Amino acid sequence: MTDMSLSGPSSASVLGARARRWLRNTGASVGGAIVLLAVLCAVAAPLLAPYDPYLQDLPMRLKPPVWAAEGSWAHMLGTDQLGRDYLSRLIYGSRISLLIGFGTVLISGSVGILLGMLAGFYGGRLDLMISFFVTVRLAMPIVLVALAVVGLIGSSLTVVVAVLGLLLWDRFAVVTRATVMQLRDSEYIIAARSYGGSDARIMLRHVLPNILGPILVVFTLEIAHAILLEAALSFLGLGVQPPLPSWGLMIAEGRNYVFFTPWVITIPGIALVVLVLGINLLGDGLRDLSSPRDAAD
Amino acid sequence: MASFALKRILVAVLVAFTVSVVSFTVLRLSADLAQALAGEGASSEQVEQIRISYGLDRPLALQYLDWLGNIIRGDLGESYYFKQPVSALILERVPVTFTVATLAIGLALLLAIPLGICAALNRNSWLDRLCLTTAVVGQAVPSFWLALMLIYIFGLHWQWLPLSGSEEWQGFILPIIVLAYYAMPAIMRLTRAGMIEVLHADYIRTARAKGLSLRAIVTTHALRNALMPVVALAAVQFGFLLGGSTVVETVFALHGVGYLSWESIQRADFPVVQSIVLMFSMIFVVLTLASDLLNAAIDPRVRLQ
Repeated sequence: MTDMSLSGPSSASVLGARARRWLRNTGASVGGAIVLLAVLCAVAAPLLAPYDPYLQDLPMRLKPPVWAAEGSWAHMLGTDQLGRDYLSRLIYGSRISLLIGFGTVLISGSVGILLGMLAGFYGGRLDLMISFFVTVRLAMPIVLVALAVVGLIGSSLTVVVAVLGLLLWDRFAVVTRATVMQLRDSEYIIAARSYGGSDARIMLRHVLPNILGPILVVFTLEIAHAILLEAALSFLGLGVQPPLPSWGLMIAEGRNYVFFTPWVITIPGIALVVLVLGINLLGDGLRDLSSPRDAAD
Repeated sequence: MASFALKRILVAVLVAFTVSVVSFTVLRLSADLAQALAGEGASSEQVEQIRISYGLDRPLALQYLDWLGNIIRGDLGESYYFKQPVSALILERVPVTFTVATLAIGLALLLAIPLGICAALNRNSWLDRLCLTTAVVGQAVPSFWLALMLIYIFGLHWQWLPLSGSEEWQGFILPIIVLAYYAMPAIMRLTRAGMIEVLHADYIRTARAKGLSLRAIVTTHALRNALMPVVALAAVQFGFLLGGSTVVETVFALHGVGYLSWESIQRADFPVVQSIVLMFSMIFVVLTLASDLLNAAIDPRVRLQ
């Protein structure tokens, strides 16, 4: 999150008002807390996880979670079909989801912001061309193309990140373009131009810092999007490969045991829903902060 | 209108053409098809032989032109796996996918539009909050997981509905619900936002001043204007549902185009995958074009943009 440090000039009082509004916005606080928890899990996974997430213990397979009648505190969330501790796998799984999320937006953000910036800043033919490519990208069935490409190349975490990154840039491009167009003719850009700043310098030093608000919103929403897509790909066997504890993969692996041990798909599923919900709430909260006018709706 | 329509159609054709180039190139560059067809243990001579017999040794541009020429003549090629024409394979599966997608979008509209309108008319009421919460949660639930949970609850636990398969009509119920739930949040939010905006318009105030009842205002004045963007969105969502059918059909083992695409990806059955990608893209292009034209026909202002 190096972007945070660039978030434009703002005095302490403005920050204070923002912080107050932030806290009043329950959705954003809840979302922020969930995301924080997930990041904590991912970073401190070796410290938090009670077991090695890859350690198989076949006699202990498919043990129920602690709230079930035969559950025990030894395996709080039970064990999977190979006797691996579910809580540990869940904690390590947050690494994969977040890695995919951040990795994807790093690529898709770079592509989308660059295209959107060029289209919005220069307008004219370049804009027409880039907008045309956005339309082309939107016309392609993203799940199917991602599945096909990952399936053909051979699935691995890196491939999933690369493919999703190169597919999910459309929203970045659209939002960046629209925001830059509004800024293009503002006085400080004209001023920067009048003292001879090059286009590249103006875009990087003056335009970029001022569009970070809306872009940050897209960042969060696209992280959630990427996490959901990875889960779906891994679930279909064309994403992250075993034995990695991807939540989507855990659901796929638990699928055949669902009749007697439903928690093997409920637990990772709920983890996914909570994380994605948290990120989306955070994104919605950020949007309300950057444009208080729409916050009421 | 005619020149607007012509321009839009021209752009759509251009988009369709570019999509076909991009998807062909991307899929082709993703893997060495000859290697995939020959299998893991094949010798390099065998791979070369396959490369030549399938025409994969020629320049990519030539292969593309051949493929495009065949498609224009209505020939989608032959499946590597089934050794049957791709068009026959797909046509056989189309009814399942379209039935599910059409009923799902219908169900989504049927539920989301009234809910969106009620939410807009009673802002900040419990109904409004419930709708928003459902929408926010709906966007966070992975459709494959929702599908599995529904199978578990209605199929395994209560045994009301079949677990999977498309032989009986009951098998379609859960997939339709899953896809409708996936499409609903966006439609509901847009209906609500559109309705709120329209209700602030001057002509609504005039209608109110004339003494029209709320019902008359909503049905004769507000609805028509608020729903225009929803029509466009529904078209786009229908395209997404087709694209998303791969996941849902696989979970439910519904033998539609989506399931075929998943099977074909795993078999490296390139002609089938390529044709399905192209078909879904073309449907999306046609749908957005149709909704553009429809909007322009209803609202002359659109034509001037």
